[in-house]
Amino acid sequence: MSEKKPALWLRIYTFFAYLFIYVPILVLIIFSFNTQKLNIRWEGFTLVWYNVLFHDQQILLATRNTLMIALISTLVATVIGTMAALAMQRYRFPLYSTSETLMYVPIVIPEVVMGISLLVFFVLIKFTLGLVTITLSHIAFNVPFVALVVRARLHGYDNAIDEAAMDLGANELTTFWRVTLPTIMPGVLSGAMLALTLSLDDYVITYFTAGPGSTTLPLRVYSMVRFVVTPEINALSALWVLIIFVILAIGQVAQSRRA
Amino acid sequence: MKSDFVVEFHDVVKIFPTPEGGTVTAVDHVSLEIKQGEFFSFLGPSGCGKTTSLRMMAGFEWPTSGEVVIDGKVMGRIPPYLRPVNTVFQSYALFQHMNVFQNIAFGLEMEKVPKAEINRRVGEALEMVKLGNMGRRTPKQLSGGQQQRIALARALVKRPEVLLLDEPLGALDLKLRKEMQLELKALQEQVGITFIYVTHDQEEALTMSNRIAVMSKGKALQIGGAVEIYERPNCRFVADFIGETNFLTGKIKTLAKDQVTVQLDSLNQEITGIRQGNLVVGQAVAVSIRPEKVRLADDDNKKVRELRGTDNLLRGKVVTTAYIGSDTRVVLELQGGLRMRAWEQNAISTLDPDAYYSAGDAVRIYIPVENTLVLPEDAS
Amino acid sequence: MTTAVASESPAKKFSLVRALRENRVAQGFLLISPANIYLFLFIVLPLLLVAGLSFLSRGDYGQVLFKFNPANYARLFDALYGKIMLFSLAVGLGTTLLCLLIGYPMAYYLARAPARQRSLLLFLILLPFWTNFIIRIYAWMMILRSQGFLDSILQWAHLTTAPLNLLYTPTAVMIGMVYEFLPFMVLPLYTSLEKIENSLLEAAADLGAPPWKAFLRVTLPLSVPGMIAGTILTFIPAMGMFVVSDLLGGAKTILIGNVIRNQFLTARDWPFGAAASMILMILTMVFTLYYTRKAGFGEELLV
Repeated sequence: MSEKKPALWLRIYTFFAYLFIYVPILVLIIFSFNTQKLNIRWEGFTLVWYNVLFHDQQILLATRNTLMIALISTLVATVIGTMAALAMQRYRFPLYSTSETLMYVPIVIPEVVMGISLLVFFVLIKFTLGLVTITLSHIAFNVPFVALVVRARLHGYDNAIDEAAMDLGANELTTFWRVTLPTIMPGVLSGAMLALTLSLDDYVITYFTAGPGSTTLPLRVYSMVRFVVTPEINALSALWVLIIFVILAIGQVAQSRRA
Repeated sequence: MKSDFVVEFHDVVKIFPTPEGGTVTAVDHVSLEIKQGEFFSFLGPSGCGKTTSLRMMAGFEWPTSGEVVIDGKVMGRIPPYLRPVNTVFQSYALFQHMNVFQNIAFGLEMEKVPKAEINRRVGEALEMVKLGNMGRRTPKQLSGGQQQRIALARALVKRPEVLLLDEPLGALDLKLRKEMQLELKALQEQVGITFIYVTHDQEEALTMSNRIAVMSKGKALQIGGAVEIYERPNCRFVADFIGETNFLTGKIKTLAKDQVTVQLDSLNQEITGIRQGNLVVGQAVAVSIRPEKVRLADDDNKKVRELRGTDNLLRGKVVTTAYIGSDTRVVLELQGGLRMRAWEQNAISTLDPDAYYSAGDAVRIYIPVENTLVLPEDAS
Repeated sequence: MTTAVASESPAKKFSLVRALRENRVAQGFLLISPANIYLFLFIVLPLLLVAGLSFLSRGDYGQVLFKFNPANYARLFDALYGKIMLFSLAVGLGTTLLCLLIGYPMAYYLARAPARQRSLLLFLILLPFWTNFIIRIYAWMMILRSQGFLDSILQWAHLTTAPLNLLYTPTAVMIGMVYEFLPFMVLPLYTSLEKIENSLLEAAADLGAPPWKAFLRVTLPLSVPGMIAGTILTFIPAMGMFVVSDLLGGAKTILIGNVIRNQFLTARDWPFGAAASMILMILTMVFTLYYTRKAGFGEELLV
């Protein structure tokens, strides 16, 4: 937009807006070091809650489940979604517009509706709820997001490079592997990152498709927040924020390094 | 199974479906033969079918009917990676995730050429396009002209029988284009393989080619060398597309072995010219007269240089003149309001203003019969 | 040395591969099939089941009876649930409006900030977005509860003497919702505003428009696609939310999302829950269709 520096009131306003966004997170982190159990008033600095966190079996199990589900669902969704994006961007086939609409449906329906519909589905076919149903559900909402991101990145794709590869002696498979895939890889990784995040974070759909024994980190956090209020949650939150921050920062640096 | 010709089209037709549900005939019964070692160009406006023809040779499209024959072998539906031709693309199509060396080496890798030989041949290819030390650069770091050369090197390193070039100079600025035209021509003569070139720029085609196929609306209207195409176009489109010309319309009055008289439409007179193609008496024709091929004379014969009794004579008035230096370009108005252009070479250096035409001068326009081409409206 | 040219016979052996290679329609269809099959199985089918379920009845022990019962839908519009639906609509609209009002200046600043600052600021907006939202709501629980962070600060500064009791009120829910959805509004707005060329504003100034008028007549209308995208990204999820109202609103604040959740888990009236879901879905679909017909879809969402 304009190169003129924005007005002063705008700068002040934005500063306070960002403050609004970050104060809760900072409060969270600070109070994770609080000795006082009811974390209302600041009493003293301690790391005891972090200790509790690392020995909390339920949390550890939940973390392991969450990571596993996220990785598997991301992998599957990325493959299916990338194939779909390629299909929609480069080919014409019967049911094209139906497929396109179908792709958008999971994005526009409210999560709670998707959650209960999957619950009804699994119960009807007598599929026991558990980690598998969670993973299947995560794939379902991840595929459209991956397809959307990859498709957007496919927009500027110069088809001539695929033709050039074939012209130079590469058959269709080799062309895809040596030329097409490397070229769209940034988009595919973008989509995969999005899918990973959506899966790691998901609460609503996981809530409805999880069995009694299976727990993921968001589910665990929710029940802790609802019922067991100790600063352990703060410790968990602080760690989570820190890890995300580090990952994102690395991503930013890698991106700017490549440019 | 070798034939005399390296590429042949046998009555090739290509029809595409349109998004609205209809069809468009991109290539309409084209037959031609391209000789080994030629620089052959497909020339025509956009949509004429030249690029489609090229793509059918490369293997990116298959003929709807007819045959594309390369090196004596019918190509049918053989995919591009099994054909002995290579393409230089209009957008260069360099692989962005590879550096220059890897781009050029790609084709050799596909042939499973051993590494040492790849290194040698890629080096040679880079030298040939005068970019010897650019091997480690990425395409993003290259200018348009450099990218174009890399695209060329990448195709040539495979030593194909035929090199296909799809408007490769389109994205370059004028000066660079003219340089590259000469370089490409020199390269082709040096390497000795057949170059098949697609362009919409007739000057480019005339400069570089041994033979040109002029195309319009899917048909190959005329195939011949630059001189033949320019001096003896076989139809109105070709005369119009190549160079500049004036057209007078009329109907054929009499036919002789090679000469024809035409009753002109708007002017109340006849004109005699050379005929092109099969014409019949009474047929509507276009008479093509190139501006540089007329002689002007004013009423006191001061400016005329040569006259012959057999020349056609028209009368007109000067409307505007433009002094270009090497010649003077004159716009004339004939009877009936018709306009005509004439270019008079300024062969004698003089400052005498009377030696140059000015607006309002009445002139006689002498057109030698052999410079008057009587053309059918369409090539048959 | 030229590339080998294939002769005729080997091609006949692998005719399936050849047929595939030559038929682009088949290629495309095969590529999209996994996605189509998967989504049909896990999205379309379940939704159809829910649609069917919404017309059935509930047995005494909470099981589903195959008895046609259109009353589920009627019940949704009665005094109790009708009020809840209206309230949900209000919360959704309110959240969207607040996000728009609060977020627009932010997006505007972002679009005009110098490049280096801009990427940092974008990063900072995205960062909370990547952290788990339950955690962020929990932070607000901490802040808003009686004698919580906010109360402590205010009392320490002698601005109040008694606790504000903000937690478990609609206000708290609104704060939570706005906090949650702000990035979804700011980012599309930013994308839209950033695309506005400087030359347009210069032209407006050249033609005599003071800055505020240039804003109203040039900038604002051109940012409408961003506003539409942001609205879609905010309103639809907001309507289906139950977590925020659960944590910050307690028993007093109930939205459609809560109703649906309760029917499926505690009250065990699945047909009724299904009916509520259908209503929510129809509302969402209508809203989306209307808005995406007005503006393009998709590009604004991909920052």
